[in-house]
Amino acid sequence: MSAGIAPWLLAAPVALPLGAGLLMTLLVRGRSLLTLVAGTGVLIAVLLLLDVPVGTRLELAVGGWPAPLGIRWHLDLLAIVFLTSTAVIALAVALFAALHLSRSEPAIARHFWAPLLFVWAALNALFLSADVFNLYVTLELLTLAAVMLVTLENNQPAFDGAMRYLLVALAGSTLYLLGVALFYHATGTLDLVLAAGAVPPAALALMTVGLMAKGALFPLHAWLPPAHAAAPAPGSALLSALVVKAAFYILLRLWLESAPNHDAGRILLGLCGTGAVIWGSLLALTQARLKLVLAYSTVAQLGYLLLVFPLAQGAWTGTAFAGGVWLAVSHGLAKAAMFLAAGLVMYTLGHDRIAELRGLARHAPLTLFTFGIAGVTLMGLPPSGGFVAKWLLLTAAFGSGQWPWALVLMGGGLLAAVYTFRIIGAGFGEGPIERKPPRAPQWIALALAGLALLAGVAAELPLLQLQEAAP
Amino acid sequence: MSLEALLPLAILASSLVPGLLIVFLDERHRRTRTWLNMIGATLKVLLVVGALVGVYHGIEYQAVIPMIPDYPLLLRLDPLALLFVSLSAVLWLLTTIYAIAYLEGSPHRSRFFGFFSVCVSATVGIAMAANLFTLFFFYELLTLSTYPLVIHRETKKSLHAGRIYLTYVLSGSAVLLGAIVWLHSLAGPFEFAVSGGALDHVDPRHRPALLVIFLLMVGSFGVKAALVPMHHWLPVAMVAPAPVSALLHAVAVVKAGAFGIARTIYDVFGSELSHALGGTQVLAVVAGVTIIYGSLRALQQDDLKRRLAYSTVSQISYIILGLSLPGPLATIGALVHLVHQGIMKITLFFAAGNLAETLHLHKVSELDGVGWRMPWTMSAFTVAAFGMMSVPPLAGFISEWFLGLGALNGGAPWALGVLLVSSLLNAAYFLPVIYRAWFRSRSNPWHENLPRHRWETHTWLLIPPVITALLVIVLGLFANGLWSPLTWVRIIAEQEYPT
Amino acid sequence: MTGVEVPLIYVVTGIFIFLRGLYALFARPHLLHKLVAGNLAASGVFLVIAWSPQGGPPDPVAQALVLTGIVVSVAVTAYAAALLARLEQTSGKPYLEHDPDR
Repeated sequence: MSAGIAPWLLAAPVALPLGAGLLMTLLVRGRSLLTLVAGTGVLIAVLLLLDVPVGTRLELAVGGWPAPLGIRWHLDLLAIVFLTSTAVIALAVALFAALHLSRSEPAIARHFWAPLLFVWAALNALFLSADVFNLYVTLELLTLAAVMLVTLENNQPAFDGAMRYLLVALAGSTLYLLGVALFYHATGTLDLVLAAGAVPPAALALMTVGLMAKGALFPLHAWLPPAHAAAPAPGSALLSALVVKAAFYILLRLWLESAPNHDAGRILLGLCGTGAVIWGSLLALTQARLKLVLAYSTVAQLGYLLLVFPLAQGAWTGTAFAGGVWLAVSHGLAKAAMFLAAGLVMYTLGHDRIAELRGLARHAPLTLFTFGIAGVTLMGLPPSGGFVAKWLLLTAAFGSGQWPWALVLMGGGLLAAVYTFRIIGAGFGEGPIERKPPRAPQWIALALAGLALLAGVAAELPLLQLQEAAP
Repeated sequence: MSLEALLPLAILASSLVPGLLIVFLDERHRRTRTWLNMIGATLKVLLVVGALVGVYHGIEYQAVIPMIPDYPLLLRLDPLALLFVSLSAVLWLLTTIYAIAYLEGSPHRSRFFGFFSVCVSATVGIAMAANLFTLFFFYELLTLSTYPLVIHRETKKSLHAGRIYLTYVLSGSAVLLGAIVWLHSLAGPFEFAVSGGALDHVDPRHRPALLVIFLLMVGSFGVKAALVPMHHWLPVAMVAPAPVSALLHAVAVVKAGAFGIARTIYDVFGSELSHALGGTQVLAVVAGVTIIYGSLRALQQDDLKRRLAYSTVSQISYIILGLSLPGPLATIGALVHLVHQGIMKITLFFAAGNLAETLHLHKVSELDGVGWRMPWTMSAFTVAAFGMMSVPPLAGFISEWFLGLGALNGGAPWALGVLLVSSLLNAAYFLPVIYRAWFRSRSNPWHENLPRHRWETHTWLLIPPVITALLVIVLGLFANGLWSPLTWVRIIAEQEYPT
Repeated sequence: MTGVEVPLIYVVTGIFIFLRGLYALFARPHLLHKLVAGNLAASGVFLVIAWSPQGGPPDPVAQALVLTGIVVSVAVTAYAAALLARLEQTSGKPYLEHDPDR
């Protein structure tokens, strides 16, 4: 890979989906095809970028304008991991929607593609950003596109959920922006790495609270379940698997690269994570609708991610970092699979009430199996990526003497098992179905879940690299 | 990849690959499924024979699959592993034959046989594990792959049994994971040590923590091994079809729990440290209580499978008792009982399955005169039952003999008392069954469930129990032979207690 | 051009406006009021960004930040207003439902 091509490759993950998204306004037919083509292009570009040796920082000044006025993109290991997993999930969701959405929800199928592409472009731009203001802009773009996804169903719960989301996001981004202002005035720069150590606690706190609101991190999580449940299934998959991770990504960079020494704040984040795990899991147990169970499960799993912050200290930074990143990736795969499967459940049975899921095992066994396989990741059982992540986080917890977090990890896995098997158990027995589920989309959902399941087996090399590349 | 690395992986793959293929097979492809199953099972037995020969000649088989930095999947065929692998392979082959006939005509067979095979893969993975990470990895895989088997019939009772099963087992696994990672935080990454323990390098200041870890580990293994008070799931799980009960109780789940305890005591902590910490004393008492409790509860059951389930609760604790007593004799008794009990119990469950499937008989009180209607089945049952009662020269007698000697040798005569009481109780709950079957006669005609066969029932339902019953006799008579489990176990004990 | 001074009072005012707007965003039930409040809060933040200690040359970065922020704010407001209109069309009133389906 010559050094000349690589920086231009950096532009592809953003330019391709953005361009395709803009073209959607011109196209009437062939939207899904264009999306798939653009998506494949992104995947290829990302895979080529994987070739870049670890430790090199690729940079691209967009439009040739240098920093600090221009936008600067850079690629390191954390970015490429998120770029790759996002590409796989987004492409799978796009493929699922291309095969299935026009049949299951014909009224909205045409309108799905632009938001998907904008979400993807915004995420990629976010992962490539190197300074706090770029992160703000890309986060805003992401929010707008994500809200679009929520509104797709065109009904009261959709608009309500979308409005709630938008307002919380508005508050969150304003808080974040104020934090950026303080950040800039105190450190004189917007760059995360250059400002390391000089970030005032007030700025950090404001930015964190803003990000917690946007990322549905307990206790600012209330907007997520109605929004994710009201969106169409592929939309919910994108929202729960990808969009919420953006805030976590920024928090990671912020706390680990710029502000490494705020122990009390990290413990506070860990406590919020604990709250998320307990509250989210308990609420997931009591929901009557499948999509709400999955949404509250996301709240709980995001709580695990918050545990990375108190654990990533001293000698254990690398271990906790690798565990957290791998958890984010595995959860994305598993949750996307589960939401796609939930969409198939709605298509097959006509509803998603858990009390009446009987008949799934008989008529849609692949779908039920998908829930099981994806659930293995949520529970943190071998050989899944969730297990490997849990092992690493537990190692960091015991190694650094912070064993209370270990209890949270272990307890959370058990709670996840309860709500997962509640779904699976409900699927047995005889029951009526409205339609037969289609084969190919079922296999796509199962494939995503299978990837999450196997994410533990092939993990040594990326984990090793992540451990060493921890900021 | 060298042959030494290939063989453990091949043993694993011989059931894993067919299993995964079968899970996705359509129900209609009966013949493909049967072929896949039988080829896999036969291949596994052949591979195991090859491994036995190789290990006898001193070859070391080891396979490494990297997973987490510092914690790879490590598979090794040491003598203890081979013991468990051989048991699993042979009994899997027999149970597969049995299950094909038993489940004739029932739905979801692809799901059943697929997960059945994955379950056996998990079991041999547990056997071959050479570090705690690998052991835990396959231990949990066993949990996941047995769930679909327990709920196979999909009735309310089956689903309820599945929930109970998962509650117990997953709680155990959460504790186990915590204990393992805690141990590694104190001791760093390590492999199982064939003689002595792997923890000699740990600072003596951590002794109290090590004791807690020891108890947590054997406790969580004890959930699958049905130690009181964590045994409740086992009788409840009897709603599963007979091949599942046979597999769960003779080979997979309960033995995996006992095996985990064996590895913990011998290859992680080492017998010296285990006894010095004091954990084994606690374990021995719990095992003793379980032995008596299980036998007492067995007496109370009229349902045959539940009686056998409680008998298993009791019998597995014989193994655990032997593991927790010091000295090589107790070890020999425990490990050889692992094999012998497996073979005896599977015979009993095969027989119980035959009675249920052929004549719709589930309760002991219904068994009057059945010996004359199904002589082969009940003969097998009788032989195995006498084995359980430790009647010489059957296999059960051999293991009890060594357990008793080990109790005396290890300075725990009370354990010998427990064993003797339990033998009496065994007689108390098995003899009535035998008496009813042979010496009472039935008034009403039999409720024939299956079409008439040439023999008393489907041939493939008869062959496995007859073979295993013969094994019960042979392994007892020829216990001192070159290829007997007893000889093999002696080798293991010699490695653990080098003098 | 000599130095530009944006004195501290602007920052204090900005923070005050921000807090007032944020409070109104949550407290007021009418959606349009919420929207305007959000804009207000953003304006307060822009004032804080624009702070420049006396005597320094004009800071292009701060200007770029504020301009970009205004553009983003306009886009979000426009979108929110459209969503608000649709919401009112569907539900009949410009308020959020208090209990989303549980």
